[in-house]
Order: sequence, then structure tokens, then C-alpha cells
Amino acid sequence: MELVLSLGIGVLAAAGVWLMLRPRSFQVALGLSLLSYAVNLFIFAMGRLTVGAPPVLGAGTGIGQDSVFVDDPVTQALVLTALVISFALTALFLVVLLAARGITGSDHVDGREPHPGQQSPGEPHPGRPQP
Amino acid sequence: MTPPMTPPALPPSVAWSDHLVVLPIVLPIAVAGAMFLLDDRRRRLKEALSLATLLALVGIALVLVGRTSAAPEVYRVGNWAAPYGIVLVADRLSAMMLALAGLLGLCALVFSFARWGRAGPRFHGLFLLLLMGVNGAFLTGDLFNLFVFFEVMLAASYGLVLHGSGETRIRAGLGYIAVNLVASLFFLIGVSLVYGTMGTLNMADLARRLAAPGAGELALFEVGCAILGLAFLIKCSAWPLGFWLPTTYAAASAPAAAILAILSKVGVYVVLRLSLLLFGAGLSAGFGQGAILVAGLATIAFGTVGILASRDLTRAAGYAVMISSGTVLAVLGTGSEAALAGALYYLVGSTLAAGALFLLAEILQRGRDPVEAAQPVFADEYRDPFDDADATEVGRAIPAGVAILGVGLLLCTLVLAGVPPLPGFVGKLAIFIGLTAGTVTAAGWCLIACLTLSSLFTLMPMVRLGILNLWVPNDDPPPVLRLSELTALSGLLAACAALALWGGPALAYADATMQWLKAPEAYIAAVLDGGAR
Repeated sequence: MELVLSLGIGVLAAAGVWLMLRPRSFQVALGLSLLSYAVNLFIFAMGRLTVGAPPVLGAGTGIGQDSVFVDDPVTQALVLTALVISFALTALFLVVLLAARGITGSDHVDGREPHPGQQSPGEPHPGRPQP
Repeated sequence: MTPPMTPPALPPSVAWSDHLVVLPIVLPIAVAGAMFLLDDRRRRLKEALSLATLLALVGIALVLVGRTSAAPEVYRVGNWAAPYGIVLVADRLSAMMLALAGLLGLCALVFSFARWGRAGPRFHGLFLLLLMGVNGAFLTGDLFNLFVFFEVMLAASYGLVLHGSGETRIRAGLGYIAVNLVASLFFLIGVSLVYGTMGTLNMADLARRLAAPGAGELALFEVGCAILGLAFLIKCSAWPLGFWLPTTYAAASAPAAAILAILSKVGVYVVLRLSLLLFGAGLSAGFGQGAILVAGLATIAFGTVGILASRDLTRAAGYAVMISSGTVLAVLGTGSEAALAGALYYLVGSTLAAGALFLLAEILQRGRDPVEAAQPVFADEYRDPFDDADATEVGRAIPAGVAILGVGLLLCTLVLAGVPPLPGFVGKLAIFIGLTAGTVTAAGWCLIACLTLSSLFTLMPMVRLGILNLWVPNDDPPPVLRLSELTALSGLLAACAALALWGGPALAYADATMQWLKAPEAYIAAVLDGGAR
């Protein structure tokens, strides 16, 4: 499980970083959300990995009995908070992205095309929808 | 079955004044909540409500400055014991920063009454939410709550940067939001690493665990702290993490830019607080000091070059904010406590002056400022904010406005460039005296040289910009100064002057704050051992 989780975090973070360094603002938004998934998983991992353990102390579990079977509830609370915040702020980022696209007429992160008239082969022109 | 932990019963001796510590957070968020329910066209009511809130916040901050001079006030939310519950701690440093934020906020708000409050929807609510986040960040004693307050503050600041709309603001806002979202992710990684290695997020508890040998996995903990530091250094726009600041602050509307000046100081405050609390002594003493010194020196250098190259006043003000953050960071990096007391004094003076400069710049460059009315989203928004019929009644134009603006610009320049007799000079002098007491290290000489050169190279472009904006004839209509704008400006500049006039008590306060900060045992004991009140 450790391997799967660390691979997952690594792939998400790598994809997120790559997307975030791209020139189009929507790619940046996607990169930010992928990175925030990676970070949320990472916070989970910091509470140590357990399988099938409740995060709440009950009658059968608890300190003094068998504390191995209790999951750390603090990281789960942290993830919940971080999740809501990053979700809301990514939504806000999308709104600003759309406003920038509408006002500047370009979806480049700088708000203008780097070389007007000359267009890089990998990048579809933002103004024209692709068929 | 009973739950394992219950909050202890309230002792009968809880005085109402004990709840004063939580008010700087509760009051603005309550009023902001009410504000969002009100129709946006009821502007007078909103202005009155925000003004009353800000006045109350300044009052509370001043009372807290008085009450915390002997011992810190620890507020346990819900009366849960310290490492498990949420604590708010008001000590000398927090109270000082609260007062600074309140004063700057009050003046920026009064300034917005003239025009900017109407430039877009929901200005007052966002403004109060920003202050709630800033106050919370100053008061909290817990790393995760710090994250939450940072996010509240940032979310409100995104709205305020975009306030007034227009292409420049949206383009700057896009970059600002992206940079700060990444910084927040760094913050989360750092916080979770600290929790994973130390098992606590309470700052006092962390400091106590670091004092005992054999605590946690120290190397991983330091990695976590370095990542946390990265997030804070992005916030205080240290070189090379601060290229976003001048563009964003120059694009933001004037009252928003003035209140954003305190935002970068929140980053400085957190670096200061955590360095002195966690790395003053104990297992990882002196951690990160060299990096902070280099970052601070480079920030001063970058800000100075930037201010030399600025062609308008708002950009110059943005670089001035960077220089003031860099100065405090560099002094922290030298590890000289006497100099740090001077740096605290300098921080207050330079922040007030930078805020005043943002306000001044907007009045002087008003003819050139592109303001577009945004497309209304909700029915209650103004269609055309600056062409309102009642826009002319808001404040009477002050005669001899240009002369007053000239004096204001002169005073700002004196503070930012560190020329006597204003607090910029007193602060820098106190830093120099602190650095040269005893043997002077190479870092100390470097910093003295850097600060002296930065003074000279701040003075030159400020004089040039002053001549350009006040004396060179141009086609723009002469600037019109309204009563509320004059009140806001003179409030900030009078605070600067008061800081210089009562320099003795102010420096003594900064000195006592330093004495308190360099002995974190008292802080730790107050938070952890204070017991339920």
C-alpha cells in the first residue's frame, strides 16, 4: 500500500508541476488541482497508513488497549479543511481565468500572446476552437 | 459510556475582559457576514458599519497593547487545555501588529469613502474579512489555524486585488492567485511534515518538544520547516520569491494596495515568531538563519534596484514594501537582538509610510488610472460607479490640494529613505547601533552597507518621481483632494510623526518586545501551563 500511495502522490505531483509550468491558463488551473490532490494524499500519509482502523476511540479500541487499531484523526481533519479551501480557491481561479480570457482575448498566462502571428506547433490558437 | 475528554467546567471567575483577545477575529467576521446580507446600494450604512468596526478594532488593539505589556493573554477557545484545543495568544508582538493592521485598515477604509468603495461590489465585506484573516494570523498559537487564517486573508485579498476590475487588475490577479495557491500548497506540505514528525501543531508545544533531546525525526522536521519557510517567504515577497508583488500592488486599487501592505508583513511576522520561538535555542538552534539573511539582503538589493527603475509611484511603493520586509528579514538573519528591536520599530514606520504612498500615488496619477466599470453580476450593483450623481457630494475638494500632496509625498520619502527626523531614520539608526554593539560580524557590515545604499537609492528616484508628478506641467487636470482622502493621508502621516515624536517610548516598547521574544520559555509556559481560566 505504501508503494501505491507514494507512486500516486509522485505521479500526481509530477503531472501537476508540469502542467503548472505550461503557458495556457487552463493548464495551470488543472496543474493546481492535481497538485492539491497530491498534497492532500501526502497529508493523509503523514498520519501513518492503517487499514480498517477507526479514527474515533470506541469501546473496543483505545489507549491502553490496542492503540495500533486507531487511525490518526487529526490528519483527516486537516485534509478536510485543506480540501475545502483548495477546492474553493481553484473555483475562484477558474472565474478569474475566464474573466482574463474574455477581457484579454488570449488564454496565455501573461494575458497576451508571446509572439503574435507566429504560433507554436503544439499550441492550438486560443481564439479559434479546434474542429 | 462517557467521552474520553470533556472540557472542564468554567470557573466562576471568567471576566468579560478575558474575551477581548478573540474580538479582533469575531468582530470583523460578524460584521462582514451582516454586510453580505445588505443591499450593496446602502452604501452609507455599510460605510458607517465598517468605520465603527475599524474604530473598535483599533481601540481593542490599543487596550491589548496595554494589557499584554506585563504578561501575554492566552485565550483557550472552548476552554480546552492547550496542546489539544485551539489557543489564541496575544503577546507584545501580536498586540503591536494588531494595532498596526487596525490603523492601516482604518485609514485605507476612510480613503475608500471618496471613490473606491463604489468601484465594485462587496468592497466593505471583503475588506473586513481580510482584516479578520490578518488579525487571526497575528493571534493564533497553532500552525494549522495559521493556515486557515492565511487562506481567509488571501481569499479576501484576491477579491480586493480585482476590485475595480479592468484588464490590468485581472491579468495581475491571475498571476497573484496562482503564486499564492502554490504557496498555500507548500504551507500544507510543511504543516503535515511538522505534524508527522513532531506529533503536534501547537507552536508552544513544538518549542517545548524541540527543547528536549531525542524528539521526533529532526532532519525531516527541519525539511518541513524549510518548506513552511518557503511559503512564508513567498508571502513576504523575499527575493527570489517576490516578483509578483510590485505588479500586483501597482495594479490593485489604492485602498486595497494600502491594506495589502500589511499582508506581506504577516509573512514577516510569522517568520519572526517561529524563528525566535522554535530556533532560538534547543535542538535545531539557528536553523535557517543564514538563508534568511541572504534572502533579506537580496530582497533589499532587488527592491532598491526596482525602485530606481520605477517610472510611477505605485510601483515605487510596491518596491518600498519589499525593502521594508527585506530589512526585517536580514536583521533577523544576523541574529543581533538589539538590532531586531530597531527593526520592529522600523517595520511599523515603513509600513505606514508605504500605505500612505499608495494612497498619495493614486490621487496624483488619477488621470492616468484606467478604471472600467465591471459588468454587473447582481442586481444591486452600481452600473457606473464614478459617474454617480452623488459622487460630487461625497467630499468637498480641498483647496491647495497640490501643496498638501507635495508635503505628504515629502514625508513619505523621508520615512522610506530613512532621512531624519522621521521614524525611517530612527529605525535604521537603532538597527545600526544594535549591529555595531560589541564585535561586528561580516554579515553586520554587509547589512549596514546595504541599508545605507538603499537609503540613497530610494531618495533619488522618489525625488525624481515627486518632481515628475508635482512640478512638471502636463495635460492632466490638477489632482483633486477630497476630505476623506485628506483625513486618511494625514492619519497615516500623523501616526508616522507620532512614532518619531514619541520615539523613546516606542523604541522602549520594541526593546521590551525583543526581550520577551528572545526568552520563549515564558511564552511556552503561559500557553501550556497556564491552566484553564
